[in-house]
Amino acid sequence: MSDNTNPHTSSVAHGDGSAHGEDHAHGDTASHGTRGSYLKGFFLSAFLTAVPFWAVMTGAFKDPSTAVLVVMLFAVIQIVVHMIYFLHMTTKSEGGWTMMALIFTIILVVITLAGSIWVMFHLNSNMMPMANMADMG
Amino acid sequence: MSAQTIKQDDGTPVSFYVEDEHDHPEGGSTMLGFWMYLMSDCLIFAVLFATYGVLGNSYAGGPGPRELFELPLVAVNTAMLLFSSITYGFAMLAMDEGKVRTMQAWLVMTGLFGLAFLSIELYEFSTLIHEGAGPTRSAFLSSFFVLVGTHGLHVTMGLVWLVTLMVQVGRHGLIAANKRRLLCLSMFWHFLDVIWIGVFTFVYLMGMLR
Repeated sequence: MSDNTNPHTSSVAHGDGSAHGEDHAHGDTASHGTRGSYLKGFFLSAFLTAVPFWAVMTGAFKDPSTAVLVVMLFAVIQIVVHMIYFLHMTTKSEGGWTMMALIFTIILVVITLAGSIWVMFHLNSNMMPMANMADMG
Repeated sequence: MSAQTIKQDDGTPVSFYVEDEHDHPEGGSTMLGFWMYLMSDCLIFAVLFATYGVLGNSYAGGPGPRELFELPLVAVNTAMLLFSSITYGFAMLAMDEGKVRTMQAWLVMTGLFGLAFLSIELYEFSTLIHEGAGPTRSAFLSSFFVLVGTHGLHVTMGLVWLVTLMVQVGRHGLIAANKRRLLCLSMFWHFLDVIWIGVFTFVYLMGMLR
């Protein structure tokens, strides 16, 4: 391999190398958003909180399972809004490692939640029957 | 970075570079490390949510969510936490601009909102316990108190941390180390708000729909 094809050999690239060090200031120089983005996130969150509270408190949905779906949908959207506007999540921060950690965590959380509820769903039906079973609610 | 050259068997030189570990600024990897901590904290909450999901229907003949929860109170509580998140955000903006006084004022506001949140939560807990719906009443209430209580404990620790950092900033000003600490607490505080979305949705709102 010829030396010239290696970008690290040219003086320009060497300048890149030192800039590289600055890029790796790891978060200390990361953007913290602007007043506008914080306010946008805040009003979005306020709306996304108010709607499910309103829906449940007024009983806007006749069908409870529809209400559950709507409430959960709003929660998921609000979590994403918080991640973007308050926690400043991007795919690029820390060279993508925060996003990797987040995705890994989401996978573990889904396994934990879905797995527990799935496995434990018949928790009570497999219990030993008791003599006073009929008395119990 | 240093260049080295060796000769291959056929005599053509091969250059390669021994890349030294480039200098990291002090605390350079703190933010990523702190994010890892938050993700592990996230798993703690996932387990507690799963516990609540499994045990949340076991009332043992005791009161259920509909009799116990007061949604207006929870709504006020949610607002407190959301306000504290935005005031912390404004504190960080003031920090970027180097305005120490403004930043501290926003931090005080954040602390007060956090304190209001905790007070309302403690009021709710004490009301429940006085109504005979303490953590020992049923599996539902045990898992409820553990989940919501763990979140409350995190907020308490966040408040202790907030006061500590305000003292630090008061003594040493906005030095790089303090900025880094404030950014970590910022992530922690916003993260708690994210967990609270799960709590008010999964525990309170869906509890009322059951």
